[in-house]
Amino acid sequence: MATLPIRTSSVSRFTEVRRNATNHFVTGLAIVSTVIVLVPLVAILGYLLYKGFSSLNLAFFTHIPAPVGEPGGGMANAIAGSAVVLGLASLLGIPLGIGAGVYLAEYGRGRFFGSMVRFTADVLNGVPSIVMGIAAYALIVAKQQHFSALAGGVALAIMMVPTITRTTEEMLATVPHAIREAALGLGVPKWRTAISISLRTASPGIITGCMLAFARVAGETAPLLFTAFGNQFWSFNLSQPIAALPLQIYVYAISPYDEWHRLAWAGSLVLIVLIMVSVTLVRIFANRGALKGGS
Amino acid sequence: MNEPISPPSTISLPPPATRQGKEPAPTANRELTEPSAIRQFLRAKSPGNLADGTFAGVMVVCALSIFVIVLLIVFVLVDKSLLSIHAFGFKFFLGRSWDPVNGDFGALPFIWGTVVSSLLAVIISVPLALAVSIFLLEICPQPLRAPIAFLTELLAAIPSVIYGLWAIFVLVPIMRDHVGPLLQKYLGWTGFFGADNFGVGMLTASVILAVMIFPVISSISRDVMRAVPINQKEAALALGATRWEMLRMSVLRNARIGIVGSVILGLGRALGETMAVTMVIGNHPDISKSLFAPAYTLASVIANEFSEATGDLYLSALIEIGLALFLVTIVVNAIARLLVWAVTRGNTVRAN
Repeated sequence: MATLPIRTSSVSRFTEVRRNATNHFVTGLAIVSTVIVLVPLVAILGYLLYKGFSSLNLAFFTHIPAPVGEPGGGMANAIAGSAVVLGLASLLGIPLGIGAGVYLAEYGRGRFFGSMVRFTADVLNGVPSIVMGIAAYALIVAKQQHFSALAGGVALAIMMVPTITRTTEEMLATVPHAIREAALGLGVPKWRTAISISLRTASPGIITGCMLAFARVAGETAPLLFTAFGNQFWSFNLSQPIAALPLQIYVYAISPYDEWHRLAWAGSLVLIVLIMVSVTLVRIFANRGALKGGS
Repeated sequence: MNEPISPPSTISLPPPATRQGKEPAPTANRELTEPSAIRQFLRAKSPGNLADGTFAGVMVVCALSIFVIVLLIVFVLVDKSLLSIHAFGFKFFLGRSWDPVNGDFGALPFIWGTVVSSLLAVIISVPLALAVSIFLLEICPQPLRAPIAFLTELLAAIPSVIYGLWAIFVLVPIMRDHVGPLLQKYLGWTGFFGADNFGVGMLTASVILAVMIFPVISSISRDVMRAVPINQKEAALALGATRWEMLRMSVLRNARIGIVGSVILGLGRALGETMAVTMVIGNHPDISKSLFAPAYTLASVIANEFSEATGDLYLSALIEIGLALFLVTIVVNAIARLLVWAVTRGNTVRAN
């Protein structure tokens, strides 16, 4: 494909064959590798769909876990608990993340403090989730003397912040300066420009970032192990241990009971559908929100 | 930007009310009786404008909070692990016994488990990730590009606990019944594949880790490769290079620092990965040459024992492990970010 039609006599036939063979070999290797990588993905999703759908029933959504040895039971309280913890995390994490992103894009451009914040956010993004769990444990659980939904929410919120900050900043950076200048030229104060012009123009991208962060923490188990802790019963009290879907999946997956394994697969299916729906929404938003005329 | 502006007195600014589109413009609530736009602009610029200062202040506080969060994490981790630091000192990281009953704690088996499983995962994942990046950038037919890229990135969206669940019920039996015996038969002489293979152990954990860090390495190395200036590639092709030679000479060579950065980022992810590893590594604090043997990582010992830790020293030792994990991943990530940043920044400068 890439070889030129012109051949000089100095290029020996053998070299050319060897070079072409190498080229084809590498091309083949790349294709094979891609297939190899797609295998586990298809295997995981396929097996999950198969096991999940065969184990899913109405009781899963309406019942709380049954005691060991009793058939049936569901994860209704875990689904509700996940909603509570994730809601709390979003409530804390999204405003903070967007605020920091606005600072980076509108005020901190080219400043030392701005690049420090950017770097810290990137580093925070790489901190293992289990460490967030320890931090939330030490800050909240150790003070309160018992596990709580609040601690779980805080741990997840901390994990959401860096992702949201960085996407908000990147999205605001694509807003053309001319729009801001037009607003400022009309006498709109800077804060109003930031909210009504920059944030509004970039909002599809920012929503994408928030959904990505949400999808990322929705499946997190490690930070909840010793913060939200899990609960076999209904609970909506923020200062009490609360059940969460990933936690429940973990507990059931490592249990020795077939019935619980079945529930773990069903729970995984529900969790992945939740995450996939938010990722798909992200893609719809991202496609629709592609800025026209952005820098 | 600095075009000559005609004197404002000759221009009558259109009243804001006539300029409203279908969306309410930010100036919607302004009345015509108010002063002109220029006056308002000047007023907005005046030092007495409280709202601007407040807004900027709130944004700075949000940005500062990221610093505060990191400092707070460091502070509580150090504070809570002081007991263990004083009790064991640096020997904590060299000790091989983990005996909660007698209060003797050493983290070496966990460090071993973390390092070996992560490195193995990187070794498995990197060639595949690079091959897929090359495939997607240069070889793949255009209509397939977006779907395959989307699929590989879907791997990143699957939660750790689901990887673990799948690994327990699918990967472990495969490793035990098919891959394990094969490795023992052909590579048993190396001593890395011992006689006892239960399917749960270091190798299985590394394989699941490799799948999990693949999207990180693949997507970032793809970004870095895409940042290679197109004229570099065209130059190679114009000299008569085949596609592979072009890739080797222009793309891989130019992007190598960024690729190393992406690999280190993947390593950082692997070091801190908790749930999937905990579910398949076997959780036994032992240093063994055999990759089939069960092991234990820093993250999984915390996940398994933290909520059941009795006694202050036990808890403190676990938090010290968390502190070590935190510091290591911060250093690893900082290095990776600097490398990726160095490459992509250099390229944007060159592109302009």
